[in-house]
Amino acid sequence: MRDEGSSEVDAHGAEPGKRPLPAWSLPRDQADRIALPMEWPERVDREWAWGGSTGEGVRVCILDSGVERSHPLVGDLESAVTIAVDEDGETLVTDDEDGDLSGHGTACAGIVRAVAPGSSLTSVRVLGQGFKGTGNVLLAGLRHAVEEGFDLINMSLSTTKKPFAAILHELADSAYFRRTVLVASAHNMPVESYPWKFSSVISVGSHEEEDPLAFFYNPNPPVEFFARGVGVEVPWLGGRSSVVSGNSFATPHVTGICALILAKHPELTPFQLKNVLYLTATNVGGGQ
Amino acid sequence: MTDDSELRAAVASGVVGSSESFQELLGAIVHVARSIFGAKASSILLLDEEAGELVFEAVVGEGEESLLGTRFPADHGIAGWVLATRTPLVIEDVEQDPRHARDVAEGTGYVPKGIMAAPLLTEDAALGVLSVLDRPEQSLFSLQEMELLGLFANQAAIAVDLLQRARRAERILQDDGDLAVVAQLAASVDALEDDRREAGLRLLRALAGTLGSSERG
Repeated sequence: MRDEGSSEVDAHGAEPGKRPLPAWSLPRDQADRIALPMEWPERVDREWAWGGSTGEGVRVCILDSGVERSHPLVGDLESAVTIAVDEDGETLVTDDEDGDLSGHGTACAGIVRAVAPGSSLTSVRVLGQGFKGTGNVLLAGLRHAVEEGFDLINMSLSTTKKPFAAILHELADSAYFRRTVLVASAHNMPVESYPWKFSSVISVGSHEEEDPLAFFYNPNPPVEFFARGVGVEVPWLGGRSSVVSGNSFATPHVTGICALILAKHPELTPFQLKNVLYLTATNVGGGQ
Repeated sequence: MTDDSELRAAVASGVVGSSESFQELLGAIVHVARSIFGAKASSILLLDEEAGELVFEAVVGEGEESLLGTRFPADHGIAGWVLATRTPLVIEDVEQDPRHARDVAEGTGYVPKGIMAAPLLTEDAALGVLSVLDRPEQSLFSLQEMELLGLFANQAAIAVDLLQRARRAERILQDDGDLAVVAQLAASVDALEDDRREAGLRLLRALAGTLGSSERG
């Protein structure tokens, strides 16, 4: 069994030998110890948020069908692994030699690469181990990605299996407290699905505009942001490209924008990042 | 313990008949989907969970004759992705690539350039995939069409659910299991006419009373 309590690890992490930073309450004389290092401008705009950034150094996980490594529109991957769950429920993580089994993961990776060319991409493949147990593999893959401490996890997928909802919720919260941001596709069919509905993730639906950096804050959640998701040119299998539509492809646009912001402001917590996204959304003041 | 819905399904199948009518409904859904989107073909793939495969259950247009009943692994290709992730997607203008085409083209010679696919979902299961292949090239895809595809997929999911219940009921009938006798009885009475039917129903009511299950009158 894993230590579920580890989700409560203090993300700010005190230095060894020093008193831990206040986490559960704030004594009168401790306020200066949690002072925030960054200066916020009077008005947060895109120039402040990600001007000049390429996403350099930000680690992005593509939790999907695998990524075609040699594709010119994807470039180098930090690593590529595939997830399986054995009969005893143990997670097996192995190097992925198969690449992409559907084209979908390659497309998502290509979108992140196009928006944030400096980011570091890792493929965690959760599909292609047989249909049975897909849900368990998805959970194991997400758990692996959270434990690996990626800055961003792109989840252009969801599950409708209710028994998985509670565990997914726990994982999503655990990621949030560890400063791993989950960006998840909203479902555009009238069914209950997860994890996009959890408020600890950033959920994304589609708009029809062509600008890859146009994104809208949605004042009527649960879908929080709309990004480009129609007629998107993406890398596909065999070194080719394709034109695709769906919330799956809107999601990596937001992941890429998050990578740009985090590269410039690595100190942002997921809460603060979501605020910067809001303030720089096309339909909000910062969207210039 | 007997699952009440299985019993009802078994009795209903004794009266309503076969899964064929539901299969016709699936056929009608792919016909309408193909026609509304102006596509070259449309199909419904059902998940065979035991085999881990997707099976062509209804096909209209290109590949209509050869594809029905053919199978491929449920964790591969576009349909496999849509099924596993419960997420619809649209791919336009895929250059011909045998890996992409494996779910549709194998053995048919027909390789689609574009595919719209949506999962067939019930409350907590993915039953299969609705695909629409090769919309007209000049028409740009819109979110409205995605919504329309979702609506068709919902309708198809209901039909598939009914079809699968009917098939389960048919298996129960063929099994000679505990429920078979109830369903056979329902089928027999339903086949009777006039006085004999009335007499049969009287007999059943009396039997129901004797067995103490009179809540349905």
